[in-house]
Amino acid sequence: MTGIFNYSAIILLLPLFVFAFTGLFGSRFKPGFSGILGTTGLGIITFLSYLIAYRYFFAQGPVDGIFPKLIPYNILWLHFTDKLSIHMGILLDPISVMMLVVITTVSFMVHLYSIGYMQGESGYVRYYAFLSLFTFSMLGLVLATNIFQMYVFWELVGVSSYLLIGFYYNKASAVAAAKKAFIVTRFADLGFLIGILILSYYTGTFDFNLITGSDQSIFAGGASVTFMGISVFTWAALLIFMGGAGKSAMFPLHIWLPDAMEGPTPVSALIHAATMVVAGVYLVARLFPFYTTQAPDVLEVIAYVGGFTSLFAAVIACTQFDIKRVLAYSTLSQIGYMMLALGVSGYGHHEGLGFMASMFHLFNHAMFKALLFLGAGSIIHAVHSNSMQDMGGLRKYMPITHITFLIACLTIAGMPFLSAFFSKDEILVAAYMHHKLLFGVEYLVAGITAFYMFRLYFNIFWNNDRQYHHEPHESPAVMTIPLVVLAFGSVFAGYLPFSRMVTSDSMPFDTHMNLGIAIPSVLIGLAGIGIAMMMYFRKTMIPDTLIKNLGALYRWTYHKFYVDEIYLFITKKIIFRYISAPVAWFDRHIVDGLMNGIAWTIAAVSQRIRGLQTGQVQEYGFVFVVSAVGLVLLFIWFLV
Amino acid sequence: MLEGIPMKYILIVSTFMFFSGVCGFIIRRNLITLLMSVELILNAVNINFLVFNRYLFSDKLQGHFFALIVVAVAAAEAAVAIALIINIYRRFTNINVEDVSEMKY
Repeated sequence: MTGIFNYSAIILLLPLFVFAFTGLFGSRFKPGFSGILGTTGLGIITFLSYLIAYRYFFAQGPVDGIFPKLIPYNILWLHFTDKLSIHMGILLDPISVMMLVVITTVSFMVHLYSIGYMQGESGYVRYYAFLSLFTFSMLGLVLATNIFQMYVFWELVGVSSYLLIGFYYNKASAVAAAKKAFIVTRFADLGFLIGILILSYYTGTFDFNLITGSDQSIFAGGASVTFMGISVFTWAALLIFMGGAGKSAMFPLHIWLPDAMEGPTPVSALIHAATMVVAGVYLVARLFPFYTTQAPDVLEVIAYVGGFTSLFAAVIACTQFDIKRVLAYSTLSQIGYMMLALGVSGYGHHEGLGFMASMFHLFNHAMFKALLFLGAGSIIHAVHSNSMQDMGGLRKYMPITHITFLIACLTIAGMPFLSAFFSKDEILVAAYMHHKLLFGVEYLVAGITAFYMFRLYFNIFWNNDRQYHHEPHESPAVMTIPLVVLAFGSVFAGYLPFSRMVTSDSMPFDTHMNLGIAIPSVLIGLAGIGIAMMMYFRKTMIPDTLIKNLGALYRWTYHKFYVDEIYLFITKKIIFRYISAPVAWFDRHIVDGLMNGIAWTIAAVSQRIRGLQTGQVQEYGFVFVVSAVGLVLLFIWFLV
Repeated sequence: MLEGIPMKYILIVSTFMFFSGVCGFIIRRNLITLLMSVELILNAVNINFLVFNRYLFSDKLQGHFFALIVVAVAAAEAAVAIALIINIYRRFTNINVEDVSEMKY
């Protein structure tokens, strides 16, 4: 309990301090200063969290075969009554330590990268202040000891995401995207809050240790209570998942994520690819024992939602031209994978393979997806366009970006011996053991993923060698170093012995490669790459003829299956017209009319009697005080 | 944190605040100062709510929430009052409370 773990408070508080300092005084220094300050601070906490992870997983290791849950700090924050009190603290267990490493690594890389990417932007200081705020809130979210603390940081993360999406606040589309992201996730958080309230009302606690502990007696109070034929704990689990689905952009709450790409590209890498959007996965993982014991049906729902989202988003990704949007849909699809893995997982030991695979994939995904986004940022920086139609032949101009991007594409396509190969294999095995249909869907998605990633890759780096007005050039070293570091991460992260570190019951176990599942998945991936190569390696007529032949199907997919339009129809045409408008009419005519009527009557009456008054407010006050004191004296006189 | 202080000291502070508020309300002529006096009175009452809740019924929450309601009402009242004062100033070009007696008409 002693030693290095006590420094975890620094990890949490340093970004907060940097945020406050940069936000308040940053503009008094040269703009570069805030970037260097933020990056140094992040460097320190990255180093600290590596130390903690090393201590936790290797030096200290499991105690009695189980990784312990450490709580170095747990401070009583709000004390209302003995039953109702809220703590703020730090919880270290395998998943939170793993998330520490993910968040600090990616955030550090993004801080470093942004020094080059954001150079000369007018909001440089503001940008770094918000990045620190985000890092602080995300760390607070994963280190939370109780669900209420998590909710507080959950909202903070939402706010910093809102601020960073709307960073270019004089661009109308960015403002709209920020608003959309905030409203959609806020709507989902409403479900989350109700879920928390139901859960803690019936269990009497917010504490994760009690909710996910082995002692099931706290659930006795609500076990027999049902609402609409479903037990209250199932409702709580479902509503909490709704919050997670909003943050992790699961169908049908996914609509905000593609639009969120309006923010600066490093922000997309940090928030909308590697860390914040996996908060939903983390939430389910955090409450996983609760899900398996009290609400196994909800896990089934999670598996289907995850599976559907992964397929749905992968199909859309094949038709988009904005490279960041392709990556956004790819993120959706990969998070769908993680959710699916959690959904098909059981609890404990080999049953918990899906849980471990999901966390493993989360870890790998953070590395390669951050790399993809930062690579895309480097490309956008050079070409000044988001559309892949303006690109082509860039391999000659940007060698480092090209190689690292290729590594990331191969990783996400699940090619052997790269990190995602291992985690995808575990997910497929877990899905295979549980549900054959979902397993088949994931095979299909693996092929589509390989296809759209290499469509992106070939369109950017090969295809036609176009002439550029300004010759694109490789980005400065401060931007390419993070790319190289993350490329190393996405190659070698797969060799971590994850099943010995992060498992559903914190007990290490061994996994083995399942060749019968791995080989077909690699072949499917290769097929996807091959098709992409055939269509996009050189400029061919195949894509255009395909578009013509598919006709309506293509248009449908290109417009993202019209989900946004359905939302607009429901809100504008149904809710606004048939609910909001009548309510507004009622308010304006009935409620206001009543009030105005009362006011009018009183005015009419007082017209007659106002001559009796002097109009001196203080006289009234004096009379009032004297009579009040007189009354008190009278009472004392009579009653005592 | 609070347990070290006997209740009566806190009550003395709040009583003092209350009567400073009452005196200010009756004696001062400036409308803004009157508004401030009213705030003093309200907050003296708030202290009483919180102290009685804390010391006498520490397992209940009614006092806390009543204090919160008072704070909300006070905020609303201040907003309205300042709007009124600004309008009075525009009309009479001063905010002496004795000069605005024709408000009754």
